[in-house]
Amino acid sequence: MKTTGIVTGIVSNLVTVQVDGPVAENEICFIDLQGVKMMAEVIKVNGKLASVQVFESTRGLMNGDKVEFEGRMLEATLGPGLLSSVYDGLQNDLTTMEDVFLRRGEYTEALNHEKLWDFTPIAAPGDKVIAADWLGEVKEGWLPHKIMVPFSFQGEYTVKSVKEAGQYNIDTVIAVLINEEGEEVPVTMTQKWPVKVAIKGYKEKPRPSRIMETGVRVIDTLNPIAEGGTGFIPGPFGCGKTVLQHAIAKQGDADVIVMAACGERANEVVEIFTEFPELIDPHTGRHLMERTTIICNTSNMPVAAREASVYTAMTICEYYRAMGLKCLLLADSTSRWAQALREMSNRMEELPGADAFPVDLSAIISNFYARAGMVVLNNGKTGAVTFIGTVSPAGGNLKEPVTESTKKAARCFYALEQNRADQKRYPAVNPIDSYSKYLEYPEIVAYLDETIEKGWVDKVLKAKNIIRRGKESMEQINILGDDGVPMSYHVTFWKSELVDFIILQQDGFDPVDSLCPLERQRYMLDLVLGICERDFNFEDYEKCRDFFKGLINQLRQMNYSEFKSENFFKYLSNVNQFLEENGK
Amino acid sequence: MANKVYQRVYTQLEGITKATVSLRAKGVSNDELAVVGGKLSQVVRTKGDLVTLQVFSGTEGIPSNAEVTFLGEPPTLKVSEQLSGRFFDAYGHPIDGGPEIEGELRQIGGPSVNPYKRRQPSQLIPTGIAGIDLNNTLVSGQKIPFFADPDQPYNQVMADVALRADVDKIILGGMGLSNDDYLFFRHSFEAAGALDKIICFVNTTENPPVERLLIPDMALTAAEYFAVDKNEKVLVLLTDMTLYADALSIVSNRMDQIPSKDSMPGSLYSDLAKIYEKAVQLPTEGSITIIAVTTLNDGDITHAIPDNTGYITEGQLFLRADTDTGKVIIDPFRSLSRLKQLVQGKKTREDHSQVMNASVRLYADAQNAKTKLENGFDLSDYDHRCLAYAKDYARELLSIDVNISIEEMLDTAWTLFARHFTPAETGIKQALVDKYWKN
Repeated sequence: MKTTGIVTGIVSNLVTVQVDGPVAENEICFIDLQGVKMMAEVIKVNGKLASVQVFESTRGLMNGDKVEFEGRMLEATLGPGLLSSVYDGLQNDLTTMEDVFLRRGEYTEALNHEKLWDFTPIAAPGDKVIAADWLGEVKEGWLPHKIMVPFSFQGEYTVKSVKEAGQYNIDTVIAVLINEEGEEVPVTMTQKWPVKVAIKGYKEKPRPSRIMETGVRVIDTLNPIAEGGTGFIPGPFGCGKTVLQHAIAKQGDADVIVMAACGERANEVVEIFTEFPELIDPHTGRHLMERTTIICNTSNMPVAAREASVYTAMTICEYYRAMGLKCLLLADSTSRWAQALREMSNRMEELPGADAFPVDLSAIISNFYARAGMVVLNNGKTGAVTFIGTVSPAGGNLKEPVTESTKKAARCFYALEQNRADQKRYPAVNPIDSYSKYLEYPEIVAYLDETIEKGWVDKVLKAKNIIRRGKESMEQINILGDDGVPMSYHVTFWKSELVDFIILQQDGFDPVDSLCPLERQRYMLDLVLGICERDFNFEDYEKCRDFFKGLINQLRQMNYSEFKSENFFKYLSNVNQFLEENGK
Repeated sequence: MANKVYQRVYTQLEGITKATVSLRAKGVSNDELAVVGGKLSQVVRTKGDLVTLQVFSGTEGIPSNAEVTFLGEPPTLKVSEQLSGRFFDAYGHPIDGGPEIEGELRQIGGPSVNPYKRRQPSQLIPTGIAGIDLNNTLVSGQKIPFFADPDQPYNQVMADVALRADVDKIILGGMGLSNDDYLFFRHSFEAAGALDKIICFVNTTENPPVERLLIPDMALTAAEYFAVDKNEKVLVLLTDMTLYADALSIVSNRMDQIPSKDSMPGSLYSDLAKIYEKAVQLPTEGSITIIAVTTLNDGDITHAIPDNTGYITEGQLFLRADTDTGKVIIDPFRSLSRLKQLVQGKKTREDHSQVMNASVRLYADAQNAKTKLENGFDLSDYDHRCLAYAKDYARELLSIDVNISIEEMLDTAWTLFARHFTPAETGIKQALVDKYWKN
């Protein structure tokens, strides 16, 4: 029998319920507001009183209203059809809602139950299988979507029968298994999983050993992120966090992309709906939307569902990872999620940690980041979830709890800087503060040696060093004046500007420059480093400045031209001419 | 507010703070209105049968035996075409001497639009001000605040923008507006002959601060009526959101909530987002555009109010006095319109975004030159040219008293480039230089 209760207290979306039976932490319940059933989640139990956070507005709710507990946690529905869907934080399909306004208590099916899928069996009768093993496959867009033994199944099963190839909907029993007790268990194409629990179902989680190409030079060249790696992008507002994240979403080399718009602007999500169906994935030539799932809890949607949204997104990624696919999860912004936690903790009158955030914030964040990673599946194949979150530090100050907690959990750090944004040096990633721990992994160094060129990491470090030395020179010039320093300071400074303008900066709105494949990144870095290794002689610092400005202009035109096109080589010969003239 | 006949009257308050009262009552629903000693209030918390009410006009003079009646409904507004041309207080009562409005009763602060039903904003809102149109183009369905110190003429600029914008309705939500500013808005709308498309909800400094909390929801409920029901283009002006946030902190403080940064409530982001996210481009022609004002303390944008605002809105317009020209300009560095690329070069000339970026980059070089000058270093020829350019740029383009078309702005920029720089120094794509460079 289900536990029931009645409402005894309300502060905003925190509701206290007096219960008549057992309740579990994170259990889902429905509050009946004059016939409208509103979903809520238990976040604290104290004797007979359960505190629940309601995923909807509590306007009009009264003490005495009835509550029914479900005996399960918040679950995601997993199965074919997740891709190209648009969900809210609780996985309601937003596209099938009729009204312009979101109605309270309106919950829609996550998956289409009528649609037929082309099923091909993988397992055969007699096979021994465990949770997450592949039983069959359907084509979802161009992706092989594996139908797996549900993750919740424990122990070993024997396949009794598998449906023959054909067209079935997701509720069709596609296999019957026999458990260790000899009972028959039917398996359909869909299963449920509690979002706050990580999906296991893999053999091991090795260190990442490949990089994920994004086409963004400041990431791929200078601070590459690994497949199955973690990274975060903190930055004040107006520094291009969202533009950078959208660039990664459009260009990232992944099979599946899940974008969690977490407490951010609705118009940014609309941009994705509008543009993604038109855009072509540069790696497969297919429509971007076909590999993308959007989870959207915009800033005006109920706060509690904001927290759920990132977990729902992660669960979907883990599901596809278990099929041996490369998934990329982008969450914008994890600060809003942390703020949702803060609002609830505040209403529960818990003792606050720094900046009134809950004291376990750091633990919650690192637990979440730990769900990313590359895995080796039971059948030896690999899959990966790469996770990049943005952080919106209050006042742009990186010494705040969310940034500091995330820094401990994520391996790549892309610090967006107000100063660079003010100068329109986009993407405004600070080249000196940012880092990728993966450059220190011997497996990644070896991978880069093999796929890009031998000694690549040394070159990258050289480029970073040029920037660092340029910054030092600039500081000296600013203190001592243009005339107060030797010419070499000016040359050092302008060499760093060369790296800055040609490698770091990238025009995210230019059709050519916005996407820079690794091969092109290698070409340009070699070219720029080659120039930086030369010695230059100038009569005065103005000549030095004019020379480099002219040179940078030609190299920029190369960035704007199709790779190895006629124009590209025309500007290259201009560059060489510049260099020759100075050589005289 | 007519009481229902069967209404139960409570007469024993258990606690009174400056903004809230609490009492024991049954059958009370969350968010519903109540009248306490003749003053309007709203349920903000129930704990068992202990109910906390937020009293909008303050609790001065409320005795512990004040009469309390519950109205059974959250705040509402009557909506109809009759709203046009009218002035209201925070409760939606006329303050212009005209009759009460007849129309459909709607709860304010209603649900949000399904993001999937939104459309991408794509209609340019020209203002004639180059600091906006050229550098930070506005788009219908956008939400954007002016960030300004209290001494900047933000209300004047906002009135100018509103009257030049091509919209069907202008709805002003005035929070803590000084009486002088209220009359200023009224007169400028009258003088422009635009009264029939204006609707004002006003809380002046003479009114109690907590009443302000109703203003944005009132204004936006009216806006949703015209945008959703009537498919109109609505522009909502909210001034000053800093005073709104201050009122939020008063209430949360009285409710013993733990403050987060700058003694603001921890829910400030969600509270502000609920308002700003009402900005929308609907699939029909209807849209709601929000232009707000957030006053700053000495230009400090790291304070919790502007900081949270910046994360919610689609950019900000930063007003500051330019020392070179003595004019008020829209700061090109700190200002940003996030939706500008949706119209720049699409609804405007192809060179728009490159011209904008180059002109700002050169202006940044001028700032560097200025720093050098201030530190007593010799300036190069390029530095001198940058400084001369910066003056022209501030006077001819950034200043808020400029009123020209976007085409003219672009031509002016190219003229300034040619006057002070070589094409290579601007770093603009060669194809555009070939086409537009002024010889």
